[in-house]
Amino acid sequence: MLIKKTSEIKSSEITPKSLFVNRRAFLTGAAGAGLAAAAAVGFRKLEAPAEVALANTTIEGVQKSSFSTTETITPYKDVTNYNNYYEFSTDKYEPAGLAKNFKTRPWTVSVEGLVKKKKSLDVDSIIKLAPAEERIYRHRCVEGWSIVVPWVGFSLSELIKQCEPLGNAKFVEFTTIYAPNEMPGQRIAVLDWPYLEGLRMDEAMHPLALLCFGMYGQVLPNQDGAPLRVVVPWKYGFKSAKAIVKLRFTDQQPSNSWSKSAPSEYGFYSNVNPHVDHPRWSQATERRLGEFRKRPTLMFNGYDQVASLYSGMDLKKYF
Amino acid sequence: MPRWFKPLIFVACLGPLFRLGWKAYAGLLGANPIEVITHSTGDWTLIFLLVTLAITPLRKITGPLWLIRYRRMFGLFAFFYACLHFTTYIWLDKFFDLHEMWADIAKRKFITVGFTAFMLLIPLAITSTSGWIRRLGGKRWQALHRLIYVSGILGVIHYLWLVKADIRKPVEYGTVLGLLLAYRVVEKLRARKPQPALASAKRTTILQN
Repeated sequence: MLIKKTSEIKSSEITPKSLFVNRRAFLTGAAGAGLAAAAAVGFRKLEAPAEVALANTTIEGVQKSSFSTTETITPYKDVTNYNNYYEFSTDKYEPAGLAKNFKTRPWTVSVEGLVKKKKSLDVDSIIKLAPAEERIYRHRCVEGWSIVVPWVGFSLSELIKQCEPLGNAKFVEFTTIYAPNEMPGQRIAVLDWPYLEGLRMDEAMHPLALLCFGMYGQVLPNQDGAPLRVVVPWKYGFKSAKAIVKLRFTDQQPSNSWSKSAPSEYGFYSNVNPHVDHPRWSQATERRLGEFRKRPTLMFNGYDQVASLYSGMDLKKYF
Repeated sequence: MPRWFKPLIFVACLGPLFRLGWKAYAGLLGANPIEVITHSTGDWTLIFLLVTLAITPLRKITGPLWLIRYRRMFGLFAFFYACLHFTTYIWLDKFFDLHEMWADIAKRKFITVGFTAFMLLIPLAITSTSGWIRRLGGKRWQALHRLIYVSGILGVIHYLWLVKADIRKPVEYGTVLGLLLAYRVVEKLRARKPQPALASAKRTTILQN
C-alpha cells in the first residue's frame, strides 16, 4: 500500500486546484457509460460558474500573523473534501458536493441577549470590521485526526466589541443556520438542530479565538463553514461553529449540541487534552492527515498561552 | 450450477479488497486513507457475516441445495476481512504496540466486543474443513459453529458503540441480523410445536377418563 508522507510530497506534485475541482467530471466519465458521462460533464459545465464564484475569490491584503505555526499546511483538497459538517452529511466526504449550492448571501448575523442594543449585522460589514489576517492553526478533531489550516479572519474579540455585551454577560452562544432545504443533514435528527456552540467570554475574547471567513487566501468554501465561522484552535473542532447566524450573550453557560447529544462524552469546554480520554477512545495521539504514524496530542493543542484561562480548574471534571 | 460459478463468486468476494488496493495505489482513498481502509474492511466483515447467515434461510425458503456449498466460503471471507480489519487496527492504529493494544481492549468497550467477535471467528475458521466436521461429528460441529450468531451480534454492537451520533448504518446491519436470527428462532419453535400439542392432547384424554 502506498501512503505518502506529507514531507515526501513536493509542491510540484500537488494536483492543481483547477484540475482538482473538475475531478468529479473525470470520475463520472470513468464510471458511467460514455454518453451519460458526456451529458453529465455538459451539465456540470452549465452549473459551474455559480458554484465556484465565491469560494475561488481571493481575499486582498491579508496580513501575516505571529500566531501562525510553521508546520506543513494540509493540502487544500483534503481540507475541502474531508469535512465533519453534519448539517450536510455525517459522511465526511459528502459535504463538499452537498454544500455546492448553499447560499451564503444575503447573510445577516443577529446579536441578542445581554447586549446594550439588539441588532442585526450584515456579514459583509462584519468582515470589514478589522484587517484580515492569515492564521495558520493546528485543528484537532475529537475523533483523533488533525490538520493545519491557513485560516483568514481576525480575532473574534473585534466582533464582540461591536456587539457591546453588558457587564453581566459571561458567555456567548453561537447558532448555526437552520436551513433544511439547503442542508440535507438537518432533515435527519442526528443532532438537535440548529447546531449550538458556546464559549466563556474570556475564551471568546482571547486573541487566538478567530472569526473566520476565508482560508488558503480565498473566501471560505461552503463545506468549511462559509460565510462566517469561528475557529478556536485549542479546543476540539466541533467547538468551532460554522455558518453562524446568531450571537447570544448570556450569564448562564449555554448548552452546546454535542453535549446535549452525549453529555458524558462531550463537555462544554472540550479543550484538546491528551490526558482526558473520550470515554470510547484515547485522545493521547492523533493522526495528522497525510502522515502515516500517529503523533502525540499536545495539551491545548499546543496553544499553551490559553492555559491561564483555566488555572485552578479541574480539567478532568470540566472536560 | 456450472463448475465455473464458484471460482467466479470467489473472485467477486475479493472485489472489495481489489477495489481498496486499486484506490490506495491510485491515491483515491481521500484525505484519511487509513480511516477508509479501517471502515471498509469492517463493513465487509459484517456484510460477509450476514451473507453467511442468510444462506441457511435462503436454502430453506427457496430450496436449492447447492447454496449450502457457498456457506463455508462466505464465512471464511468474513474471517478474511475480519483479519484485514484487525491488522489495520494493530498495525496502522497501534503500530504493533501490544501493550497499548491490550490496554485498549480492556478499556474500550467497543474494542472489547469487536476483539471478542474476532476471536470467536478463529475456531470457526479452523474447524471449517471437512476433516474437522468428521472429527467433531456433525452435532458438535454445528453447536460450535453457532458461535457465529454471537460473533455477528458482537460485531454489530462494536459498530453501534463506535459511531458518534449517526447510528443508521449499524442499525441497518442490526436489523438484517435480527431478521436472520429471528428466522432461526421461529424455525426452532415451529419444530418444537407438535410436542406441547401432543402433551396437552394427552392431558385432555386423561381428564376425560
